[in-house]
Amino acid sequence: MSGVSVTKGVEDAAPASGDLVVLSNVNKHFGALHVLQDIDLTIARGEVVVVIGPSGSGKSTLCRTINRLETIDSGDIRIDGKPLPQEGKELARLRSDVGMVFQSFNLFAHKTILENVTLGQIKVRKTDKKTAEDKARALLDRVGVGAQADKYPAQLSGGQQQRVAIARALAMEPKVMLFDEPTSALDPEMINEVLEVMQQLARDGMTMVVVTHEMGFARSAANRVVFMADGRIVEEATPDQFFSNPRSDRAKDFLSKILHH
Amino acid sequence: MFDFLSSGRYDLLGAFWVTVQLTLYSAVGSLIWGTLLAGMRVSPVPLMRGFGTAYVNLVRNTPLTIIMVGSLLGLYQTLGFKLGADLSADIGFRLAVLAMVAYTGTFVCEALRSGINTVPVGQAEAARAMGLSFVQVLTLIVLPQAFRSVVAPLANVLIALTKNTTVASAIGVAEASFLMKNMVENETDALFAVFALIALGFIVLTLPTGLLLGWVSKRVAVKR
Repeated sequence: MSGVSVTKGVEDAAPASGDLVVLSNVNKHFGALHVLQDIDLTIARGEVVVVIGPSGSGKSTLCRTINRLETIDSGDIRIDGKPLPQEGKELARLRSDVGMVFQSFNLFAHKTILENVTLGQIKVRKTDKKTAEDKARALLDRVGVGAQADKYPAQLSGGQQQRVAIARALAMEPKVMLFDEPTSALDPEMINEVLEVMQQLARDGMTMVVVTHEMGFARSAANRVVFMADGRIVEEATPDQFFSNPRSDRAKDFLSKILHH
Repeated sequence: MFDFLSSGRYDLLGAFWVTVQLTLYSAVGSLIWGTLLAGMRVSPVPLMRGFGTAYVNLVRNTPLTIIMVGSLLGLYQTLGFKLGADLSADIGFRLAVLAMVAYTGTFVCEALRSGINTVPVGQAEAARAMGLSFVQVLTLIVLPQAFRSVVAPLANVLIALTKNTTVASAIGVAEASFLMKNMVENETDALFAVFALIALGFIVLTLPTGLLLGWVSKRVAVKR
C-alpha cells in the first residue's frame, strides 16, 4: 500500500488494529510555556492507561487534546485510525465517540439528572425519548444514583454528581473514556464510590485514559502507567514496575514525595 | 383638576394602549434580535463576531431619536419602505417598532452576553465533548442558563424600552407622550396634572413589570 505518510507505514496501513488512540509527536504551547513536548502515546483497545505526574506537568492538557478541547500546535492525533478533524460536524461526531469526565463534573446545571443523561442520546444520537430514558435509568442504576433521577445536579453530593457524569458519558456508548482528575474535587469519603464505578468499567473492558492522583487506582486498575513531568512523558511502565522500581530519577522523586505519608 | 379628562377630547386609554403595543412588539423583536446578536458575538466565525461587535457599538451609541427619525426619513420617505403597511399611521408604528428593535436589541445582546459569561466554561466544554454542535451548545446549554441569570437586567432593559417608546412621538406615532403634547398645548391651566397623569400611566406599566420580573429572576435562577 502506497500510504501518504511513510513514517509509520505499518500502522497506517492497518487502522483497524488494536490501537485506538495514537498521539505522535504532539506539541503544544501556552504562550511561552511548552506544555506538551514531543508526546508519543499509543492506547490499545480495552487498555486502561493512568497518567500521573506533578501539577503543571501537562497531564490534564494531554487528556484534553484527545478530544480536541485543547488544540495542538504540531503533531498528529488519531482515534480509531482517523485523524482529529477541524472544528465542525466531523469533530462533533468524533467527540460523541469519546466520553469525557471532568474534575468539576460539569453536569448541566439547569437540567435534571435524567435529562443530563438523555440529552446526548436524543440530540446527538437521535434516539427517541423513551428509549433514551430507559437507557439513562439503567445507567443511573448501574452507577448507584437511580433514585436521584429527577433531582437537579446541585441537590446531589459531589460523588453522586461525578457518578452521574460517568453515566452521562456512557450513555453515548463511547469507544474510549477520558477521565480528567475525576476525584480531585471530591471530599475524601466520596472518592471510593467514584473509583469503584471506574474500576467496574475497567473490568468491563472499556478503553480508558485516566489522569489522577489516586495511586491505589493506578495500581489496581491500570494496564499501564504513564508518568509525565514538565510536558514530557518521562516513563511508561506497568503499575507494578513503576511503583516498585521506577527507572527515572524524576519518577523516584515524585513517588517518594507522595507515598511516604 | 383632572376635569379636562371628562371633556371627551382625549383618548387616554387608547394612547396608552398604543404605548403598550409598541412596548410588546419591540420587546419581542428586541429579545429575538438581541439573542441573535449575542450568538454572533460569541460565535467562532470571525466575520459574525466582527459584525456583532460593530453593530452593537454603533447602534448602542447612537441616540434613539436619530434612529427613529432616520428610519422615517431614510427608510420610508427616501427609500420607500412601507414595511407592508398602507395607512400612514401603520407605517409610522411599524417603523417605530423597527427602530426600537434595532436599538434595544443591542442592550439585550450585552445583557445576555454578560449572562453567558456567568455560565461556567465547563458547561460548554461538557456539551462539546458530548458531540453537540456550536448552535446546540448555545441553544441547549449556554443560553438557557444565561437567560436565567439576566432576568433582572433584562427587566431594566424592558423598563427603559417602555419609556423609550415616547420617542416614537417624534415620527408621529400617537402613543401616550404624543397625547401629552396635545394636552399641554390645550390645557395650560392643568400642566402639572397632565405631566403627573402621563408619568403615573408609565409607572402603572413599569412598576409591576419590574416586580414581576424580579420575582421571576429569583425563581428561575440556576442553582450551582
